[in-house]
Amino acid sequence: MRIVVPVKQVPATDAVTMDPETGTMVRSAAASVINPLDLYALEAALRLRDSSGDGDVVALTMGPPPAEAVLREAVSLGCDRGILLSDTRFGGADTWATSRVLAAAIERLKPIDLVITGERATDGDTAQVGPGIAAWLDIPLATYVAHVTGVDGAAATVTVERLVEDGYQIVRLSTPALLTVVKEIAPLRLPTLDGVMRARRAEFERWGAVDLAVPAEELGLKGSPTRVVNIATPQVTREGETIDAGDEAGVAQAAVRIADLLEDAGVVR
Amino acid sequence: MSFVWTIAEHHAGRLREVALEVLGRGRPLADALGTRLAAVVIGHGITEQDTGRLIAHGADEVYVVDDPRLADFRCESYSGVLAHLIRTWSPEIVLAAATTSGRTLMPHLAIRVHAGLTADCTELAIEPDTGNLLQTRPAIGGNIMATIKTPRHRPQMATVRPHASRPPQPDPDRSGRVIAVPMDTQLEACLDDRTQVLGYRTDAADFANLEDADVVVTGGRGLKRKENFALLEELASRLGGEIGATREAVDRGWIGYPHQVGLSGKTISPRVYIGAGASGSIQHLAGIKTSERIVSINLDPDAPLHRVADVAVVGDLFEVVPALIAELDRRRGAARSGD
Repeated sequence: MRIVVPVKQVPATDAVTMDPETGTMVRSAAASVINPLDLYALEAALRLRDSSGDGDVVALTMGPPPAEAVLREAVSLGCDRGILLSDTRFGGADTWATSRVLAAAIERLKPIDLVITGERATDGDTAQVGPGIAAWLDIPLATYVAHVTGVDGAAATVTVERLVEDGYQIVRLSTPALLTVVKEIAPLRLPTLDGVMRARRAEFERWGAVDLAVPAEELGLKGSPTRVVNIATPQVTREGETIDAGDEAGVAQAAVRIADLLEDAGVVR
Repeated sequence: MSFVWTIAEHHAGRLREVALEVLGRGRPLADALGTRLAAVVIGHGITEQDTGRLIAHGADEVYVVDDPRLADFRCESYSGVLAHLIRTWSPEIVLAAATTSGRTLMPHLAIRVHAGLTADCTELAIEPDTGNLLQTRPAIGGNIMATIKTPRHRPQMATVRPHASRPPQPDPDRSGRVIAVPMDTQLEACLDDRTQVLGYRTDAADFANLEDADVVVTGGRGLKRKENFALLEELASRLGGEIGATREAVDRGWIGYPHQVGLSGKTISPRVYIGAGASGSIQHLAGIKTSERIVSINLDPDAPLHRVADVAVVGDLFEVVPALIAELDRRRGAARSGD
């Protein structure tokens, strides 16, 4: 089976700068890592590949050349192949234009069985790119997947449990399908020595706009329906009160004050 | 014709409360644009009572698509139906709640109708000169607030964070129109059977519906041991609350992932969030910042959670939480004996 995992490079720190002209994020300013939630997508893909006994896992990332680092990390964990989608025309893409490019790359990798993504990226936090790719590819979509309970190669289906507000929704999708997974999917593996050696030697294909045959007006900032028009840093501190509960009187005062707040909020049963 | 649409979630034969909140977010936008506000309900077993509630809470029009094959949320079918309705009626704005369904459906739909979409908005407004929708959302773990607009594409789509606002007061005298959308051949063609819903598992052990809870009592590393979550459960039971946990507590195996709050867990906006022994990492704070009230109990005076709390208690949770439980019980006893 072939599984494609799109991954994203995100800032390692919370220090991210914004381009004051376009309002888009400037990524090169901060050290970058693989989106932590994408590691669960890689983990799920590697497990499915290994239990199926054959096939490959292809990691994809869209970004400037240094984004290759996340492909190297994916290979160190066990991915078979990595492809960098890099072109100056991809820059400034919102989720619409990002999913357009990723879907076009996945088209080129067909036939595929599954696309697996993380639930969302920890920087943009939109959770929109995974569903967007499914829409472009016109393949069934299951988001918030916590468990893959069955893969039926002959029937070309996958059965999963989606973590929703009031429990798990159990769905069966015909494949190829796209899954976005949550952390509950599986505990993460560590890179193996062999994987690290392979990653060090790995060379990655680079695909640009021409390779993907996406019209220029659908790429990058130009192809993005949304525009960031303002960035503000919110005031994080609330005008709260602090109670020192270092002694018995303090503990009693804290209990009274919290109970007052709870009553005021109308939540006491 | 309504130009501001809201998606009203209907699940297991019931209208979800969050549908009313989204109407509350849409009403001022429709008023600012001088247009009508609609609720679109897709599901099965949608009743007159449901449509009546939507009208009482601000809808001028309610579009109803009712079919047994739409009883369960299936992204492709719902997205197909909505894309068809949007092409037919051309709304300016489409809003949905940022629930698991909303955050699945809307990005799928945005591709199908070539629209701009902004996730998890905390504020929505109309730009006076252009009539464009200004969508403000937290990004980078809540460290910045970005305002986004969609200048050229229609509709302008946004999901709004559930529970970040109260539903509007219902007005039973409001009138509105119900439009039953017939399942014609075009809508039939939107149904997609490549996804089958086999069922639900709602009795999972160690599960928590944090998203819909009014109170979330969250434990972190300061709890020290798995068993100590029982203390928080005692408190939560008196408040009808649910138990949340920091990533550290989940990673230590003290409690299951459905309880995890923060950047790699759930984003919540309860009426009251109580953090006990949760220091409040940036990642954790990102998941709780839109809580209505925040209480922090932590021995460390420098815990970041204290800085965002309405009431910050510098103290031992193993003293403060039992004292709080006793205080709540004392008040309840006093209220009873006063009856």
